[in-house]
Amino acid sequence: MVDWKEGETTRNYILRRLLAIIPILIGISFLAFFLISISPSDPAEVALRVGGITPTHEAVETMRSELGLDKPFLVRYINWLVDSFQGDFGNSYINKRPVLNEMSKALPATIALAVTALIITIVVSIATGVLCAVHEGSIFDKIIRGFIFFGTAMPNFWVGLLFIWMFSVKFNIFPTSGMDGVKSVILPAITLSLTYISTYARLIRNNMIQNKHENYVLYARARGLKENTIHRHIFVNSLQSSLTALGMSIPKLIAGTVIVENIFAWPGIGRLCVTAIFNRDYPIIQAYVLLMAVLFVICNLLVDIFSAVLDPRLGQEQ
Amino acid sequence: MIFWKRLKSDKVAVICISVIIVVLLLGIFAPLVAPHNPIEPHINVKFANISLDYPLGTDHLGRCVLSRLLYGIQTTVVLALVTMGATLLIGTLLGVIAGYFRGWIDEVIMRFCDVLLSFPSEVMILAIVGMLGPSLTHVVIANIAAKWAWYTRMIRSSVVQYMDKNYIRFSKVLGCNASHIIRKHLLPNVVSDIIVLATLDTGWVILNISGLSFLGLGVQAPTPEWGMMLNEAKNIMTTHPAQMLAPGLAILIIVIAFNFLGDSLRDVLDPKYSQHRAVAK
Repeated sequence: MVDWKEGETTRNYILRRLLAIIPILIGISFLAFFLISISPSDPAEVALRVGGITPTHEAVETMRSELGLDKPFLVRYINWLVDSFQGDFGNSYINKRPVLNEMSKALPATIALAVTALIITIVVSIATGVLCAVHEGSIFDKIIRGFIFFGTAMPNFWVGLLFIWMFSVKFNIFPTSGMDGVKSVILPAITLSLTYISTYARLIRNNMIQNKHENYVLYARARGLKENTIHRHIFVNSLQSSLTALGMSIPKLIAGTVIVENIFAWPGIGRLCVTAIFNRDYPIIQAYVLLMAVLFVICNLLVDIFSAVLDPRLGQEQ
Repeated sequence: MIFWKRLKSDKVAVICISVIIVVLLLGIFAPLVAPHNPIEPHINVKFANISLDYPLGTDHLGRCVLSRLLYGIQTTVVLALVTMGATLLIGTLLGVIAGYFRGWIDEVIMRFCDVLLSFPSEVMILAIVGMLGPSLTHVVIANIAAKWAWYTRMIRSSVVQYMDKNYIRFSKVLGCNASHIIRKHLLPNVVSDIIVLATLDTGWVILNISGLSFLGLGVQAPTPEWGMMLNEAKNIMTTHPAQMLAPGLAILIIVIAFNFLGDSLRDVLDPKYSQHRAVAK
């Protein structure tokens, strides 16, 4: 989206990058709002039905003005945008409570799950990736690569079910579902991280192997450095691109909790959103979409800034 | 053609293509191949063991698991291919328009893509299915909507690259019209750039369709679909865990086939990459 310009300072780049997210945020919010208006059912009618009121003509009209649906599209959009900015996402159709409350109640659970999964992903994928690259072509490398291939093709809802059967039903080590203590987060977090582990272990392995053939490695060997030191150099050099990719996948990880939360009955925002879809609770779906998109944009921004700061060209400018 | 020769000499690719073709044929001819009706319940034979009559046993409603798997191909795999086809069609059309004609139309298409791409595709799909309501059609629409911008951007950038090539400039000087240049010079190149990604993404779409059906947002009962079958198996996991095996394996095999095929295609189409891999190995 925003590329480095020749001879530009890091500060300028970051400023331009910050400015560039404004139109994107506007676009996102418009899209999130637009989606509700292409929905085939009238929100006012839905709101009445879920409230247990027969949607007579008058009732629908009252509800429409109550929800502000009688105003033109653009007016509604701007009102909604202003309200959202102040943290007011409207009320749930189902239990009439503010969407913000519902979201902030569910968010910590999702974050706990995502952070655990992220830690597992980082530790396991770095360990396996490095070991595979160092012992390239060994039996260990081959076995792990086999696992990696299955990992990318395994549907994670199937893995989750197999885990529940194996560890909860058969051996009764972990609880089958719900959020109750540290033990309950392990199975969902592993399920969630499996796909990412496969991706990153492969990425780190291949990056390191690529780096092995660079000239600086040859030079280090010529200088007679110890193998361990050389491996450390290779590791540090291949880490940067892997970190960028990892940063980009944090919002994907959070978005990916939807299926896992539903399998393990984890009370997070993914489950909240799917329940809202079944109940046609539009304000919650809208808030979820907006939250996810904003998160995605912010993470991308941070990754870009982070790699701009780390970029070796920084040294050349000064 | 050298492409086919190379592909034929790659054993993995041949196996993958055979698996995919066999699965597709089984799906298309499911009414002829399947031993039973996949929807009609027969409560008196529920949870039947593997037998000649029921090669993979029956489920909690006494429906033949094999028949449901076979009919499930029509929903999962065929729809995934339809989704990919539509995505490629839209992506190629818009990407070529943007890359070939440039100017304001390019700006409009690309800025729109920027906004769409700022959503993670999982959220996009959930948003669309959420607003339109759970149904298989909506899942397909959502998948296309989440992916086309990717392809448009990629195809555009490869078109822009090829537009600078001498043979295209030459055709322009000769006065060839746009449709000739696009059909004869651009599309063949662009397609070979995109086919690897499209193959890999087909596996992704299959996982998506069955994942959403697993959540209950896609296929509605009693239509047989692999993710849906897993969802039904989930409820009877404690008593009949074996029910989870067949649909899970089916998804795994077909996704692996598409993933391996994608990797092989990349080696065949991009000799530089395979040389690089040879060095890396």
